[in-house]
Amino acid sequence: MKDTLLEIKGLTKAYPGVVANSDVSFRIGKGEVHALLGENGAGKSTLVKMIYGLVKPDSGRMALNGADYAPADPHAARASGVAMVFQHFSLFEALSVAENVALGMEDPPKPRDLARQIREVSETYGLPLDPDRTVGGLSAGERQRVEIIRCLLQDPRLLIMDEPTSVLTPQEVEILFQTLRKLSAEGTAILYISHKLEEIRSLCETATILRLGKVVDTCDPREASARELAEMMVGSSFDPVQREAKAFGAVRLKVSGLSAKSPGEFGTSLKDISFEVRAGEVLGIGGVAGNGQDELLAALSGEIVTAADMVSFDGTPVGAQGPEARRKAGVLSAPEERLGHAAAPDMSLTENAVLTAAARQGLMRGGFLDWPKARDFAERVIEAFDVRTPGPGTAARALSGGNLQKFVIGREVMQDPQVLVVNQPTWGVDAAAAAAIRQALLHLAAQGTALVVISQDLDELMEVADRFGALNEGRLSEIRPVQGLTVEQIGLMMGGAHDMEVAHVDA
Amino acid sequence: MIRLVKRPQPSRFWTAVTPILAVLLTMVVGGIMFALLGKPPLEAIRIIFWDPLFHPQFAAYSRPQLLVKAGPLILIAIGLSIGFRAGIWNIGAEGQYIMGAITGAGVGLAFYPMESFIIFPLMVIAGALGGWAWGMIPALLKVKFGTNEILVSLMLVYVAEAWLASVSSGLLKNPEGRGFPGSRNLQQYDSAANAEIIAGTGMHWGVVAALIAVIFAYVLLTRHIRGFHIRLTGEAPRAARFAGVKPARVVLFCLGLSGALAGMAGLFEVAGPAGQITIDFNSGYGFTAIIVAFLGRLHPVGILLAGLLMALTYIGGELAQLMLSLPGASIQLFQGMLLFFLLATDVFTNFRVQLGRKGAA
Repeated sequence: MKDTLLEIKGLTKAYPGVVANSDVSFRIGKGEVHALLGENGAGKSTLVKMIYGLVKPDSGRMALNGADYAPADPHAARASGVAMVFQHFSLFEALSVAENVALGMEDPPKPRDLARQIREVSETYGLPLDPDRTVGGLSAGERQRVEIIRCLLQDPRLLIMDEPTSVLTPQEVEILFQTLRKLSAEGTAILYISHKLEEIRSLCETATILRLGKVVDTCDPREASARELAEMMVGSSFDPVQREAKAFGAVRLKVSGLSAKSPGEFGTSLKDISFEVRAGEVLGIGGVAGNGQDELLAALSGEIVTAADMVSFDGTPVGAQGPEARRKAGVLSAPEERLGHAAAPDMSLTENAVLTAAARQGLMRGGFLDWPKARDFAERVIEAFDVRTPGPGTAARALSGGNLQKFVIGREVMQDPQVLVVNQPTWGVDAAAAAAIRQALLHLAAQGTALVVISQDLDELMEVADRFGALNEGRLSEIRPVQGLTVEQIGLMMGGAHDMEVAHVDA
Repeated sequence: MIRLVKRPQPSRFWTAVTPILAVLLTMVVGGIMFALLGKPPLEAIRIIFWDPLFHPQFAAYSRPQLLVKAGPLILIAIGLSIGFRAGIWNIGAEGQYIMGAITGAGVGLAFYPMESFIIFPLMVIAGALGGWAWGMIPALLKVKFGTNEILVSLMLVYVAEAWLASVSSGLLKNPEGRGFPGSRNLQQYDSAANAEIIAGTGMHWGVVAALIAVIFAYVLLTRHIRGFHIRLTGEAPRAARFAGVKPARVVLFCLGLSGALAGMAGLFEVAGPAGQITIDFNSGYGFTAIIVAFLGRLHPVGILLAGLLMALTYIGGELAQLMLSLPGASIQLFQGMLLFFLLATDVFTNFRVQLGRKGAA
């Protein structure tokens, strides 16, 4: 084992309602490429934010080079030699590379010296970058290089990289990996956050696996198989589901050959997705975040319009219809992002009830809104889903995340949906409320609604779903009954490790 | 240390109080400015805010002017505010106003000297269509090519001004005008004149249209699904798409509507108070209406009041120039202060001030 650079002992951080990190301990050696592996919500971000001084731990200690290390803010962290490249860049598009680098430095040198230094570093580490170019014209990979060079100029001893490959092309990933290997060879330790197993296996020497805020295991990813890593990440806390086979009704939602380009720049396009959901059935869709979940919901809600026959409801093609027409017919949905997508932050809960329920709940007549009726509907949602708020006149942004989640799910559940698509239905909701939401979803299924539940939480999917599939780079895996599904199989379905394609054959 | 903390929701109290506070601050700082110019500050403030309405000698003339000036401001500002609510920034109402005046007056002049009750309504429709068409240019360019409506609508003001210069000395020039640029005076052509409805009040058809627009906008924004979708688009565009709003339709509707209302305002002005198409008949109402829209907090009733207040400072400002020989620029500065202080005090609606040290996170 290499000499220890950073040692973390018993770090704990709790937010209201959720413990993000609980007694986390591990050590990073000098020059080591250390992976931090875990599902979304496992506590990776909170952990690195503590190391970078953005968040203060509730308890626990850190030691850097044997000395106590407790950065009060990112300045202190950088002064101690800890640098971080964020997933989302903070660059000014109108400024040049050199100007952007200077803005992020504690004590920038003169422009001419800086340009020379940038050239030197970019040549040394094989990161081609012209300091005079305007950032606006750079690709995502080049922008990331700006961030990396900004960090390297400060001569860090530990470089934290938060999901650096999520915006890169395969060629750019290869360049990045070469740079990181070179840095490591020169003695800079790298803390590499990702949930892409293959990347970690090819790059990292040590992996700390987090699950629900706790360290589950530490291993050498080069020696573990992607399958083992996936299992550790997913955890084996649940037993294979034992559930009697139910008899389902007719096919209500049919998706065939659905392909759609993502409207967002970094989105994932959907590729040839096909599935059917029957009356009373719950289809659970898992997968690592950013693999097309948002796009799938948008294509089903009508925000993304496709060829008509790609999406059918009760045998009628609806793929070409917008959200209003689908809602009227009975296809309802609740997107993941609560503020700004599922709800308008500055509008009251009554107004937010109108947002999706206007036509279906008869909250308007001839285009004129019936506000008393809308308030009544909002109050019913608040009551039925135990939304903690002074009343329906409260602005959506005044609610806590969990309470707003209850409201936006409740708003759809209370509208008697025929098909309901939800993305992350219990994200940020406390355990009791999460159970209530799942119960409400199952209740809908019992009444003959066809449900699609998209979630990062596998326990949740195992609890509510009858069949399970996983999204991976915009493609949907084979769909299997949840009954008898093992952790190993799930890991394979969502692992994103292409070398495991062959494993599907035996199924 | 002073810190601003975002309120969980906008304060009702401050929403109501900030316009009054802004007016008071404008009076104080404006008064200081007048004092520095060597003029009696209290008298200047009185002349601007009080005398136009209550001066024994001038009020008879200036009181009707209040409605004459406020009418077009309110009519244009109402149209603009609906777009602003949706996040669509029509800065070119002045151009739409000019084009509406040209098309509306053009229709009237085409019928000259025929007398018929149908001529004036036709002119109003033509004016609305002219403004609408001018507003549709930035709208279509935005929808089709994603151009910025702020720039395009603003640039089209200068194109419209060029059209105005051209027609007032060409196409619409008064053939009996002894060669002077400018059209026939519509005030002297009964069927086309936008005359006072009640003599001596300044109440003409444009004022009536403005009041109808206020009611229409109020109902649209508070009672109708379309107005709800407009507000939703402005506040959370993604949520609006989720609700099923088509962004392109909102752009076309908002720019079309604000263009049509500005065009109507232009027609009412040219057929009434201005009387004729001249190279400079437009008096910047299209730009001032932007201030009115914000001063009225983009709320129809607020705009009604803001339009009257703005008209008052115009008339009072002219009076002050006349009586105290204040420079015209200082009056414009005074009006600018009003918007400045409104936007500045607006912070308190969404934020609250916290004194003292930063609390534990």
